[in-house]
Amino acid sequence: MRQQHYTRMSTVLILGAGSDIAVAIARKYAQEKYNIQLAARKTEPLVPLQQDLQIRYGITASVFAFDALDTASHEAFYAALPEKPAITICVFGYLGVQEKAQSNWAEASRIIATNYTGAVSILNIVANDYAARKAGTIVGISSVAGERGRQSNYIYGSAKAGFTAYLQGLRNRGFHSGVQVLSVQPGFVYTRMTENLPLPPLLTAQPEQVANAIFKAVKAGKNVIYVKWFWRYIMLLIKNVPEGIFKKLKM
Amino acid sequence: MQKQLANWGNYPAVTCDEQSFTQDDQLLSFVHQHDAVIARGNGRCYGDASLAVHSISTLKYDKVLDFDTENGFFECQAGITLDQILDIIVPKGWFLPITPGTKYITVGGAVASDVHGKNHHVDGSFSGHIVYMDVLTADGKTIRCSPTEHTDFYWATCGGMGLTGVITVVKFDLKKIETAYIKQKQLKAKNLDEVIRLFDEYKHYTYSMAWIDCLKTGDAFGRSILIVGEHAKKEELSPKQAEHPLELPKKGKLTIPFNLPSFVLNTFTVKAFNWLYYGKNLKREINNIVPYEPFFYPLDAILHWNRGYGKAGFVQYQFVLPMDQKEGLVTILKRINEKGWGSFLAVLKVFGQQESLISFPMEGYTLALDFPVRKGLFQFLDELDELVLQHKGRLYLSKDARMKQDIFWKSYPNAQRFADIVHQYNSQRKFRSVQSDRLLITPPEERQPTAANQ
Repeated sequence: MRQQHYTRMSTVLILGAGSDIAVAIARKYAQEKYNIQLAARKTEPLVPLQQDLQIRYGITASVFAFDALDTASHEAFYAALPEKPAITICVFGYLGVQEKAQSNWAEASRIIATNYTGAVSILNIVANDYAARKAGTIVGISSVAGERGRQSNYIYGSAKAGFTAYLQGLRNRGFHSGVQVLSVQPGFVYTRMTENLPLPPLLTAQPEQVANAIFKAVKAGKNVIYVKWFWRYIMLLIKNVPEGIFKKLKM
Repeated sequence: MQKQLANWGNYPAVTCDEQSFTQDDQLLSFVHQHDAVIARGNGRCYGDASLAVHSISTLKYDKVLDFDTENGFFECQAGITLDQILDIIVPKGWFLPITPGTKYITVGGAVASDVHGKNHHVDGSFSGHIVYMDVLTADGKTIRCSPTEHTDFYWATCGGMGLTGVITVVKFDLKKIETAYIKQKQLKAKNLDEVIRLFDEYKHYTYSMAWIDCLKTGDAFGRSILIVGEHAKKEELSPKQAEHPLELPKKGKLTIPFNLPSFVLNTFTVKAFNWLYYGKNLKREINNIVPYEPFFYPLDAILHWNRGYGKAGFVQYQFVLPMDQKEGLVTILKRINEKGWGSFLAVLKVFGQQESLISFPMEGYTLALDFPVRKGLFQFLDELDELVLQHKGRLYLSKDARMKQDIFWKSYPNAQRFADIVHQYNSQRKFRSVQSDRLLITPPEERQPTAANQ
């Protein structure tokens, strides 16, 4: 009975559909014949991607306005989706500028509100729906920056740390109601935002690798993935440096 | 971030920064902020045409906007590569109207180079199949142009090496096919005379080109294999092929992971040619049905074959001579043969008529071959350039990395008209490349001193 319900829901909702990673995820799931719901603050730039997905993969793609910061609108946004997605992937995030955020509350609060508050707001709504249906998968893209606070990005990092803990708790809750929750720690990714940074190739994934890793992990029922396996051990090391030493490092 | 960027020939390598875009406003602000900008697709032009201080990578601007499966029209953002398009259109019974010898080029590149294929003598070049296209110009406005709309601008953009602006959207027509296969005929030619005669004899075939052996002398000078083909019809397929006529058999790809010493590639091509020429191919003529991939893209099966030429890189030398200059072809081929510096194989093709402003093709013979970069090479190529010019020919800008500016100005009859149109839309030299600076199409000082060059 439950299985039947699940297979009928073959739609993926992508929250924050404008990024390179989101495009790769949308194409991966479309290629696997899922219908795609693209959601972002501005819908007009999503129209070419919508056309692209439909023509390339012969699926149905639709476009919705969604503003992570406007938490009051989230209930209505989800209620208005004509079909409820089997998989919800939360891709949006805001890196911001650490130095600015240290002294400018607007910047700091935007980082927190996008990466934590906004994500919690929408995923609460999705999670409650999934729990009631006893089915569904939530994928949250968090960050290795959330695993230990560092001076170079601790406002972003602490918001992501909160998001990571939120996903852990949600996974715990979801286990008892048939809802899968996957946390993704991408590490470095080659995107428009990073193309002018000198990234180490061994530690840097292509957006397509992130998308493939997510697709496989969802299928396999995984809990937490690092896209490049190196990162798991790097973070293990970093997390185990005693605080007395760590605070003296410049990183 | 500054990085060393080179195109397919690995020569020249230039310090550039490269930025990509997915949305129109990102492109607009990049063009607004920078000077010395040129659009760059998949980097498969051979030389310096898409290198500039600021390269705009179009590769992420790759969305399909419309595919009319009834009437065969395709509209897309210009950063999509032809291999992606083939994956979409072939299963629906359509094919590219024109394709060069690699499918790893972008649509924007196909327009900017006005590419030609094995069917040039029948179907012309890419510019003949464009319904319309959008180009972002230096003043931030987008111009929609076509053979009937903004025609000057249109013809300066086709083959115009990106100097009129950034090509963003292209709509073009497609060719109807029944199968993903080609009915191919391979014919052995003892020498150059015979292959030229065969080109004529088989000119009713849609596709034709020849591999020519650049090393043989005497009676066998110019021995070749002419390959002609047509899209196969359903009833021509084997029963197994006919089960899924529009699907290709699956197979893997080979990648050359690092730069090899340059003799490796030559040894490989010598063997491949001899295998074709002498091996199972004792008959003068072979007919078979092959998937479209090995027919159109034999070298794409080896990804990064360019690395086979080693670290110094190579230049591909491609020229065209008018039909009545067959003697010139013999002279140039002999010079190449005597020098022995070129690749063992060259591609020979007969072009049909072409109306265009600055595109490379014209009715006549075109020959393309590779030269690994070495000491003295450019001097030798300068000598060849003079021969090409003497015989009223010209060089392909997409392959060029080293031509002297006066050769360009003397060999392209509409060079001045082209430069004028470029100047009209791009007067502040916002769009320029290492190549356009070298050829003085976008000269640093005042306008090109025209009198000196005509």
